[in-house]
Amino acid sequence: MTKPSLAVWKLASCDGCQLTLLDCEDELLTLPGVVSIAHFLEASSAVQPGPYDISLVEGSITTARDAERIREIREQSRILVTIGACATAGGIQALRNFGDIAEFTAAVYASPEYIDTLATSTPVAAHVPVDFELRGCPIDRRQLLEVLTAFLAGRKPGIPDTTVCTECKRRGLTCVMVADGTPCLGPVTHAGCGALCPAQSRGCYGCFGPATGANVPALAMQLGRSGMGEDAIRRVFATFNATAPGFADPARPPQPRGEETR
Amino acid sequence: MSHGSRKLIVSGLARVEGEGALRVTVRDGQVEQAELNIYEPPRFFEAFLRGRSYTEPPDITSRICGICPVAYQTSACNAIEQACGAELDPPLAELRRLLYCGEWISSHALHIYLLHAPDFLGYPDAIALAREHRDIVERGLALKKAGNAVMEFLGGRAIHPVNVRVGGFYRVPGPSEFAPLADQLRRALELALDTARWVAAFDFPDLELRHDLLALHDPGRYPIERGTLATTGGLAFTPGEFPRHVTEQQVPHSTALHATLDGHQYLTGPLARYSLNSGSLPPAARQAAADAGLGPQCRNPFRSVVVRAVEIICAVEEALRIIDSYHRPDRPAVEVTPCAATGHGVSEAPRGLLYHRYELDGDGLIQSATIIPPTSQNLAVIEDDLRRVITAHLDLDDAKLTALCERAIRNHDPCISCAAHFLTLSMRRR
Repeated sequence: MTKPSLAVWKLASCDGCQLTLLDCEDELLTLPGVVSIAHFLEASSAVQPGPYDISLVEGSITTARDAERIREIREQSRILVTIGACATAGGIQALRNFGDIAEFTAAVYASPEYIDTLATSTPVAAHVPVDFELRGCPIDRRQLLEVLTAFLAGRKPGIPDTTVCTECKRRGLTCVMVADGTPCLGPVTHAGCGALCPAQSRGCYGCFGPATGANVPALAMQLGRSGMGEDAIRRVFATFNATAPGFADPARPPQPRGEETR
Repeated sequence: MSHGSRKLIVSGLARVEGEGALRVTVRDGQVEQAELNIYEPPRFFEAFLRGRSYTEPPDITSRICGICPVAYQTSACNAIEQACGAELDPPLAELRRLLYCGEWISSHALHIYLLHAPDFLGYPDAIALAREHRDIVERGLALKKAGNAVMEFLGGRAIHPVNVRVGGFYRVPGPSEFAPLADQLRRALELALDTARWVAAFDFPDLELRHDLLALHDPGRYPIERGTLATTGGLAFTPGEFPRHVTEQQVPHSTALHATLDGHQYLTGPLARYSLNSGSLPPAARQAAADAGLGPQCRNPFRSVVVRAVEIICAVEEALRIIDSYHRPDRPAVEVTPCAATGHGVSEAPRGLLYHRYELDGDGLIQSATIIPPTSQNLAVIEDDLRRVITAHLDLDDAKLTALCERAIRNHDPCISCAAHFLTLSMRRR
């Protein structure tokens, strides 16, 4: 029987999510026994042509060329899984969506005319159909293995669609918001990390993005009561999943870009 | 193949982090052009950092690079703490170094075993290498895992750790919590020593860097998470003077800016760190360097794999020293009061010097930010290496010369984060 083929792709991102695959130190050498690694440039210079059974895609669409590439990747892939906040929500580079891209380019590059970029950073699903979206900035290693295992077995990935709060309770951690008054996005953030931040006596900062059905306005009020100012509340949502539905409204700056945002 | 002109296209440079293209033109036996083009889709961190709070850069800038997030967090903290006149309590400074040691171990093990060694041994990747030498690759993965274990223990996770803040940490562990990590690191020390012996026996092409080398200097110890700057040319300056010496230029063929030091090309990274600080290596690393045949300086980029192995030993020794002398700090972080000021922060990312500068207003909001990553400092030298490697090996056929070019790039472990991995190499010979 031919082994299913695996391809790993990268768009605008930090490399962290595909590095998560290489961080599976205990499983990495058993992987070639179950899949043929056909395209994974970070790890191998041996590249096989498509089509591919499973494609993992990291990164968001920020250039016309990548908008074209993602269509080509989709055409070559039986199953397409996006990995991480960039690919599923546009990433932190989607903060440009609230701003003026020409002004952003001029702020970083002395000769902006050399720079080819789109005015927005968008998730893969805004361009092509996606079979599964794995959350996180970065993704969680165990969840990645579960998604791969599930698709190889032809079943639905067992990725809980709940909040960080449920993971925090399950770990038996003391609620940082109730006990210490520490602002925490756990009630509205998608589960998956295992409540990493509360375990470090820190409030969740939302790197897995909004949970389904999260009541974000109610949490924003609670954050205000815990002493955060309006702009601080806006900023806490304006990070790695800033343009994800649920976080986009509270994350949006109050006035058009160009004036100082204070 | 057309007459008189040969064009070679490789669809991707693998085993590096980054997107770009290499354009090489050889005319009448002379290298006319050797450009490493970076197609990194710009992500505009410096633009959207404006208006953010002084507490945010550690979490935000770590997202520039998933391979060296601790470097970004540390340079950001160093810069903001300098701006606000805050200094870490000594035990907190030691913990910051410990976390950084984890990143060195993990990143260097990744580069040596998964990215670089296959070049020396003629394999396309570590998985092919493992088919014939599984024990070797398992050793590399165990070493990498030990580095990640440090970051997971102290930082909460290995990629984008969550326990780092300006002024220190959110939570500091109690001394008894370290025991399993210390055991793992003691085993890692043996693996690291074996690694150095293994890579020292590789066959290294000749190449001698002629540029100035720039690295941090931290009196009495090998520089990792802090220090002042020094060059092999004898220049010494503080992080605050960095912008006076190092300037970035934009070049048409790249979205990465190119940096120069007082107008000249220079190199940062393992070769620079080692050549400027080999005298302050801890004992086992120093002995391993001597056994591997490294002199007090190392200027052959192909030998950087040996220096990385020595630096893993150094990082494991340092991590064990910090753990062995650990007392729980009185507080997890020092108070950092924002003020209207500009701060400069540097640290030694695994692949080279990482500089951050933040200008804050009185409320601690960022007015402007500058980040100079190692790869933009090293790009000019990488291109110079390419030129010289091609000139010395024009007798090779296109496939072999292309492979050697890719190795010359990999020597410097370029980390062009935010990039799609797609390096097209087109070579023209006329």
